[in-house]
Amino acid sequence: MAVEVKIPAVGESITSGVVSVWHKKAGDFVNAGDALFTLETDKVSTEIAAETSGVLDTLVPQGQEVKIGEVVATIDDSKKAPAEKKQEKAEARPAPTEKESKDGEKTAGAASLSPAVKRIVDEEHLNPAKISGTGPGGRITKADVLAAAQNRGSVGDAVSVSGKPAASPTEDRQSGDGRVVRKKMSPLRRKIAAQLVMAQHTAAILTTFNECDMSAVQKLRADSQDAFTRKNGLKLGFMSFFIKASVEALKAVPVVNGRIEDEDFIQNNFYDIGVAVGTERGLVVPIVRDADKKSFADLEREIADFATRAREGKLKFEDLTGGTFTVSNGGVYGSLISTPILNFPQSGILGMHKIMPRPVAIDGKVEVRPMMYLALSYDHRAIDGKEAVTFLIKVKECIEDPKKLPLDF
Amino acid sequence: MEKFDVVIIGSGPGGYVTAIRAGQLGLKTAIIEKDKELGGTCLNVGCIPSKALLTSSDHFIFAKKEAAKHGIVIENATVDLGKMQQRKDKVVKTMNSGVRALMKTNKVTTFEGLGTITAPGKVSVKGSDGNTQEIETKDIIIATGSVPAQLPFAKFDGKTIVSSTEALTWTEPPKKFLVIGAGAIGLELGSVWNRLGSEVTILEFLPRIAVGFDLELSNLLQRSLTAQGITFHLETKVSAVKIDDGRVTATATKGKEELNFDADKVLVSVGRKPFTDGLGAVKVGVEFDEQKRIKVDKYFKTKIDGIYAIGDVIAGPMLAHKASEEGIACVERIAGKDGHINYDAIAGIIYTNPELAGVGLTEEQAKEKGVDYRVGRFPFRATGRAVANEDLEGVVKFIADAKTDRILGAHILQHAASELIAEAVSVIEFGGSSEDISRTTHSHPTLSEAVKEAAMNVEKRALHIINR
Repeated sequence: MAVEVKIPAVGESITSGVVSVWHKKAGDFVNAGDALFTLETDKVSTEIAAETSGVLDTLVPQGQEVKIGEVVATIDDSKKAPAEKKQEKAEARPAPTEKESKDGEKTAGAASLSPAVKRIVDEEHLNPAKISGTGPGGRITKADVLAAAQNRGSVGDAVSVSGKPAASPTEDRQSGDGRVVRKKMSPLRRKIAAQLVMAQHTAAILTTFNECDMSAVQKLRADSQDAFTRKNGLKLGFMSFFIKASVEALKAVPVVNGRIEDEDFIQNNFYDIGVAVGTERGLVVPIVRDADKKSFADLEREIADFATRAREGKLKFEDLTGGTFTVSNGGVYGSLISTPILNFPQSGILGMHKIMPRPVAIDGKVEVRPMMYLALSYDHRAIDGKEAVTFLIKVKECIEDPKKLPLDF
Repeated sequence: MEKFDVVIIGSGPGGYVTAIRAGQLGLKTAIIEKDKELGGTCLNVGCIPSKALLTSSDHFIFAKKEAAKHGIVIENATVDLGKMQQRKDKVVKTMNSGVRALMKTNKVTTFEGLGTITAPGKVSVKGSDGNTQEIETKDIIIATGSVPAQLPFAKFDGKTIVSSTEALTWTEPPKKFLVIGAGAIGLELGSVWNRLGSEVTILEFLPRIAVGFDLELSNLLQRSLTAQGITFHLETKVSAVKIDDGRVTATATKGKEELNFDADKVLVSVGRKPFTDGLGAVKVGVEFDEQKRIKVDKYFKTKIDGIYAIGDVIAGPMLAHKASEEGIACVERIAGKDGHINYDAIAGIIYTNPELAGVGLTEEQAKEKGVDYRVGRFPFRATGRAVANEDLEGVVKFIADAKTDRILGAHILQHAASELIAEAVSVIEFGGSSEDISRTTHSHPTLSEAVKEAAMNVEKRALHIINR
């Protein structure tokens, strides 16, 4: 029987993606669990694996835009693995090295492009795997690449302001002096833009500020670092403290952990905390699940893993969806104070900043302490000012007196 | 009673190709042909014999007029028309036996006789001996083709007022030959007899020849044929044809002027009409359009389940290759496969010298559709091969979308245009652009370089001419 391979529902705001690479060919025998293809969306790219074993028949070409639930292949599970033949093959030729297979792929991909398409793909630095072809058999036509180049405009459709006006704002133009460069935003950038604008338009966003003295946390880290590193194989950072502090504050002021949906308020009684990570492709916010139940070491390990995978573009959909609250650290870039914007539809986001030695009054005396400004942006529709301020003070107290946190190292 | 999966009525290029494909797909297939030989109009009295005579007469013209330019001395080249016709007959016979062999190797049962659909799934075959055979089948494909259309005032008599069938058989060139209709058939047979010594006059109702082809190239062809000795009268409406003592007098009006043409033979080549005589299609409920063509859906199914029709009996250009492709798509669908046909990529060809070939949109059609297009042209005289061949005539013309560069149409006027057009057809089939052809290496020196250069001229970067 032929089992349908459908595009899985991969995230709440994701309705479509692109089958960027087929890892198996039509007619191949696939085993359950084998990666069939890479699905690329405006959030992440992920490998979709076969659920059953059998002979694969692909229904959409590489580069094709697909909708969630769309059938992209079938697997005929009535056919058995060609055991003998396979062995023969394996004996005859050892598995190619990674380099070999990559080169092979490259050649095959390039060969299938028509001459004009190839010229434009090269000149415009387009990825043919990401262009859906309208020609027969899903082949990419010149019209397809021209449209792709225009939509993406990666080469920079430069328009000189001081010079003559451009013939058309969407046309590729390299300006003489390069004073102004106009280019189309990447899909991820446009998605981020749309999300942010939606947050601004939908929620009543307000920010409250506070500051915290980092001396205690710094001392605790210094005292525990050696033991922690020896035990866990990684360093104890600041992030885990702020996640734990946020969990404590969320427990004290639960409304910050909820969200508005139409006319209802949804109270979340779990603590899935998003951690904003900057990457070359843009900002992504992977989620630490059940942060309340995790040890400091677990949190540090997960954050480090997210950061690595985010930079390598290997985050999965499930890593990015369903958070209840977000922590964003603008301090890594040197920000002293800022107003973070909500990760919609969440109701709150904590902004961390740069630790600066500043003079502060302690018991009537001026002392220089390592200080950090804290910001909480919140949806005023759901959260009152008193609740927001209470929340932020709770975070401050936990950081200034870490004994209030469930320290487990 | 034998029961078949599919029975095909008609063995022209539509029917017999369908039968081969059906056989390949493992269907139990039968083909019914009313004539003694397989192959239909195309093979017996159409495409093939006309090409045999066109080639022979073209060689004669080469011997008479061109050979000397190459330093070949042929004194008093003459034609043995009897022998020329014998060769033509031999060509047809070779093809006949070829088709018969193909039926055999593909396990197709052949019935000789007139096929009549008596009910869905039932066909009777009336042989020339008067015996009738009943055949049962799951599906029926009608591929009965077409016959020459007549003019009400000029009925065919087979001797003086003739169709293409008879005009292919003469062993004596008519002294004066009148052709009514300047389409493919009229132009080709006009050319044959003009080359073989007749004084040829072609009358056309429309203000142009070769309707359906690109006007610019059609006009060039007219100029060329005129130089070869053919007289054209356009916008000329024939109102009467009289036979007197074996000679024809045709009366026509051209504007306000009345013209009389006398001739020994007159060819009526004003088009063809679907042939469904004795088919029984009306009786079983198959629907026809106002032009007496069988109505089919996009999968070639008539209104009646299990009855399909392809080729000249349905709408579309009456072309052998169109019929073949429709038959293949139709029978593949019957066999549960996904056959298709792209009507934008079917070339039409007139086998005069130069030949005129065209595929896709003409410039006039592009204009009419309001398409924003660009044109690329290239004359053969600027290619080394044409100069070496001493055969300079002709031009390639591309119509490409101004924005996407997709090739919308390609038109070629040249001695070998029928072969050269195939490249454009392939590229159109693949949704290709003029730049795709520009960036494809074409061997040097060949005539195909003109195709490449015309494509380059779309972007005004042809190499061997001044681009404009």
